[in-house]
Amino acid sequence: MADRERILKIRDLNISFKIEGKKVNAIRGVNLDLYKGETIAIVGESGSGKSVTTKAIMGILAKNGSIESGSIDYTWHDPDTDEKHTVDITKMTEKEIQKEIRGRKIAMVFQDPMTSLDPTMTIGKQIMEPMMYHYGTSKEEAYKKAVELLEEVGITNAEKRMKNYPHQLSGGMRQRVVIAIAVACRPQILICDEPTTALDVTIQAQILDLVRSLQSELHMTVIYITHDLGVVANVADRVAVMYAGQIVEYGLVNEIFYDAWHPYTWALLSALPQLGVKGEELPSIDGTPPNLFNKIKGDAFAPRNKRALAIDFEKEPPFFSISETHKAKTWYLDPRAPKIEQPDAIRRLRERMRERG
Amino acid sequence: MAEREKLIEIKDLQISFGSGKKKFIAVDHVNFDIYKGETFSLVGESGSGKTTIGRAILRINPTSAGEICFKGQRISGKISKELDKEVIRKCQMIFQDPMASLNERAKVDYIVSEGLINHHLYKDEADREDKVQKALREVGLLPEFASRFPHEFSGGQRQRIGIARALVMEPEFIVADEPISALDVSIRAQVLNLLNRLKKERGLTYLFIAHDLSVVRFISDRIAVIHKGRIVELAEAEELFRHPLHPYTKALLSAVPQPDPEVEKKKKLLVYDPSVHDYSVDKPVWEEILPEHFVYGNQKELDQYRKEIAEADKK
Amino acid sequence: MDDKKYEFLPDDFEFIGDKQNINIDEVAPARPAWKDVIYRFTQNKGAIFGLACIIIIALLAIFVPMISHWKYDAIDTSIANVLPNGTHFFGTDKYGRDLFVRTWQGTRISLIIALVAVVIDIVVGMTYGLISGYFGGLVDSILQRIQEIINSIPTLVVLTILLTVLKPSLYTVILALIFTEWIPMSRITRAQVLKIKEDEFILASRTLGASNIFILFKEILPNIFGQLIIMSMMTIPNAIFYEAYLAFVGLGLTVPQASLGTLINSGFEVFTVYPTQMTIPAIILAVLMLGFNLLGDGLRDALDPTMKEM
Repeated sequence: MADRERILKIRDLNISFKIEGKKVNAIRGVNLDLYKGETIAIVGESGSGKSVTTKAIMGILAKNGSIESGSIDYTWHDPDTDEKHTVDITKMTEKEIQKEIRGRKIAMVFQDPMTSLDPTMTIGKQIMEPMMYHYGTSKEEAYKKAVELLEEVGITNAEKRMKNYPHQLSGGMRQRVVIAIAVACRPQILICDEPTTALDVTIQAQILDLVRSLQSELHMTVIYITHDLGVVANVADRVAVMYAGQIVEYGLVNEIFYDAWHPYTWALLSALPQLGVKGEELPSIDGTPPNLFNKIKGDAFAPRNKRALAIDFEKEPPFFSISETHKAKTWYLDPRAPKIEQPDAIRRLRERMRERG
Repeated sequence: MAEREKLIEIKDLQISFGSGKKKFIAVDHVNFDIYKGETFSLVGESGSGKTTIGRAILRINPTSAGEICFKGQRISGKISKELDKEVIRKCQMIFQDPMASLNERAKVDYIVSEGLINHHLYKDEADREDKVQKALREVGLLPEFASRFPHEFSGGQRQRIGIARALVMEPEFIVADEPISALDVSIRAQVLNLLNRLKKERGLTYLFIAHDLSVVRFISDRIAVIHKGRIVELAEAEELFRHPLHPYTKALLSAVPQPDPEVEKKKKLLVYDPSVHDYSVDKPVWEEILPEHFVYGNQKELDQYRKEIAEADKK
Repeated sequence: MDDKKYEFLPDDFEFIGDKQNINIDEVAPARPAWKDVIYRFTQNKGAIFGLACIIIIALLAIFVPMISHWKYDAIDTSIANVLPNGTHFFGTDKYGRDLFVRTWQGTRISLIIALVAVVIDIVVGMTYGLISGYFGGLVDSILQRIQEIINSIPTLVVLTILLTVLKPSLYTVILALIFTEWIPMSRITRAQVLKIKEDEFILASRTLGASNIFILFKEILPNIFGQLIIMSMMTIPNAIFYEAYLAFVGLGLTVPQASLGTLINSGFEVFTVYPTQMTIPAIILAVLMLGFNLLGDGLRDALDPTMKEM
């Protein structure tokens, strides 16, 4: 692990939004490392802050959002000079981010391909534009590259498609085009924000495969934002679980699924119908996520945790290490805590794994 | 099996849109029955026709051929006003998008009692209010929410309001059109639990329309897989997972991501290629290849499936 | 994150989760939607300014002719073409009529026309669009063709015909408006209806046995009404200007009646000599139109804000 190159280092990130005069603490102290070539999945439900975190990386926070504190250090390797550069994205100006980072070094794929594409521009033009803008590529060169890109993302009849408009393509094809545009400038980091939620299951599987093959071909690092634990199991090397603006647990994907320790991760896994026992009630999470307008005391998940400890309401737990790569932010792992069993769903997963041998 | 009452019978159903050159056949030669008290799931991707079938049962879409019967009576096509009213009363629907399925400008009280109002199914104002409160309580919402507006509620709560709206009619049959796809993961469990509980307590029958086979396994008694307007396989839930036969079913199964990293990483994705079927000479039929397990294919394919079953059972 | 040293108590690590009541289904506090709308509206300075302008002008239009002791049609050629001074705040016109009272009298007429335009929009335009959009099919085709035919007749032709048949008066102007005014509104309404017709809550109503009329007026209309109000706010300036234009080309009101249009028309004749006679009503017209535009903008932003991103 130590010799892996770290390209993104987020420390103590705090982001708030101003809504109708009141302040919402959307991100409350997030730390995250991203290593070159890996695929990390950020899992959470709506309101957890997963999208806000990646928007902060891209510098596309909404106008009423502000980064209160923290840093996002991005390191890249300049192939021409063989030098390493590190910048703190939170300290960059909009113009700098737009010119240097967005589309060029870090690219994003959004959920709905219909709204990510300009309905009034042909597909070809939309792919060629970023190349011509960021690298000053000539029109003929960009056209050739665009056709190649379309073929790369698995679109047949690429030349013909160049002249099509978005509405003439199916949802899956549109998402492929969006991916083509995103990788047109060969970015280092690709952020995929729920890229397959709006697609059919079979198309989803193909898109995930596509991103995987592009990733290895172009040596990209990929961040997936999703609430679908099945997708996480499919794509991720490492997983970070977010709740109420914080990362509450992170680790290798096997560690999270087969050996999770945060009660929220437990609740998420237990609530999956795929891991449920027919005829029995699915363990569901009562209550609602906390109101981030208020200051949160202690563990944010405690009010919804039937097996919360007294201290969960008093003091925010630190990260406890379960292994070198696996950490969880829960008092359950404190040596003073009583013995607590992992829920049935996780034990069943482990059993199934053992049975498979 | 013979004693089970058939609540819904679909016979050789065809639904088409448009006419002449622009005729589009959305659903073709569909046959299945839904027994009283079961959860029957119809699984397919977008454009498969599953929602169209659900809406046709509730008489929202017209049918172009075939029959739909409710408790032995034909309810498709032109029917008497009384029968139409009865269908509306006894067959209700739960919609997919909680953000779009409620009238934003109406109070919850009005939304839930809309069906009652249209059919004068209450004695007086007090009776109506009482029914609304009962329905809200059954879905786990506080009765005082009746005076609020939809935008004040979360997605999961809105979906429950939609369920209350269907329940207040005291239906026997509910078509649930992708009721949990638009909800957060933790809320899905709540809604599934609620649907199961209501089924037990009220003896409801569900047609559950979905696109995720793995979710459907938990809630269904029987599952039908539909592809481009045709049902390709139908079996009891566990049996379908034990012996998936039709190549589309297999492709669908392999595409659904399982929340189990070891399984997912080792998985090989099967892609469905419709051209593997050669129906030019050997015509396909809808055959019961195992008890209560139907599959669509021609004789050559059916023989192949039988071999597969034998192999799988040997293991 | 406070860095104070936390003293751990002996029972800190006991389970207390099950002692709490976590089944409380939280709902956002009941803040009616309209309060949000009013809040957003009041935040918009332009909209408040527009509303203020309209209210001030309306008040002046209502009260000045009532309390002024100069009558709007009192002719006195001895004081013709007086420049604005202490007795005649806006001066007098070529017949010696006090322009202050005439201007506000004229504004009254313009505002009446505005009101009529809105009423026609809503009664005729909205209903037409609702029916056309909701029922679709043959009904829609027929209604749309009729509308296209009416729309393609040049307004000037309509007006000329009307004027040969009827005398120029306020009622003629209103008739001209009735003929053409409602069409843009019906188009917008129809578009809005088409947009929400297939929404799931409409479908839900149908499964609950609602009749078409019911759905139209209790489900569709309330949900698009906001948009329509905004649209009519925007058409008011057009209607006012339309009357002014008619007056300017001599097709509107006749002497001694005044409207902003006739005043501008009369003022135009002596513009080079007595510029105030035209510029003053022109300014008021401009302020009125600006006011309605700002108000319409403000309403639109208040009723339908772009989603605040989170």
